[in-house]
Amino acid sequence: MDNVGLIGTMSIVASGLTIAIGSVGPALGEGRALAQALSSIAQQPDEANTITRTLFVGLAMVESTAIYCFVVAMILIFANPFWEHVISKAGG
Amino acid sequence: MRISPDTFVLFRWGPIVLNATIISTWAVMALMVLGSKLVTRGLTTETRFSRWQNLMEVLVTGIREQIREISGQDPGEYLPFVGTLFLFVAVCNILSIVPGYEAPTGSLSTTAALAACVFVAVPLYGIAHRGLSYFAQYIKPSVFMLPFNIMGELSRTLALAVRLFGNVMSGTMIVGILLGVTPLIFPIVMQALGLLTGLIQAYIFAILAMVYIAAATRVQQREGQTDQQDEKGE
Repeated sequence: MDNVGLIGTMSIVASGLTIAIGSVGPALGEGRALAQALSSIAQQPDEANTITRTLFVGLAMVESTAIYCFVVAMILIFANPFWEHVISKAGG
Repeated sequence: MRISPDTFVLFRWGPIVLNATIISTWAVMALMVLGSKLVTRGLTTETRFSRWQNLMEVLVTGIREQIREISGQDPGEYLPFVGTLFLFVAVCNILSIVPGYEAPTGSLSTTAALAACVFVAVPLYGIAHRGLSYFAQYIKPSVFMLPFNIMGELSRTLALAVRLFGNVMSGTMIVGILLGVTPLIFPIVMQALGLLTGLIQAYIFAILAMVYIAAATRVQQREGQTDQQDEKGE
């Protein structure tokens, strides 16, 4: 396989693996956080406002790891620097 | 497919490049400045006031309450910075239902600029509140933690920028992909979800900025009551 085909194949495979593996951890973490927050609200409905706000902020922090993986996957597919380098070299 | 509105160049004149990010940022800024100018023109303290003044009062008192709850301090001096961050990001994200509009927060350069503002504002507020003893928190557990503290400061700025960029960009990207797969109803649902995500991200951006500023301005309070009284006296 030549360089262009190799880079294209590897980029697609790597971006799929990135988002697949990278979304598992944050999903588990967010599920745990949400379950804990729900049981806290059930125990203390008066504190629902504070718990919800902290939950949103915490979820955003947890989710950002998944977002990093998504950004890397998108860069690999749509703005791959190696791909552009090879294409510009092949084009002359 | 475009990954960011930066690559959508409308006008090029020598080294000056006008892309969709700059145009839509200008549009949002003009809209907000004109809107607030018009709203604050006829302010009144009587019992009958315009509905726009009502909207502005709801916004301002809401943001003040949130800041007070998070920082435990008087919101007055944080309101301009944090409130502007929230309103700008929120308007940027909400306007994405307008056809032809490209959310400037979907470009990494905009979000990096906003995060850099937070990065600069945190030490400024810290020094304004606590003087040069602000820098003592970088060597807080011991001197050996200095590089890690600085790295943490930088990485949370990066996280702030990439989080907002990734969320907004993924929203538009998913709608774009779905338009090719199931073009009838489903993209509208995802766009509505994108509106919700955009508002939550604006809220989170402002909240995180406020949390960082609050952490920089009140670390010393636990050591004694005198600092707290000083804070209230201001």
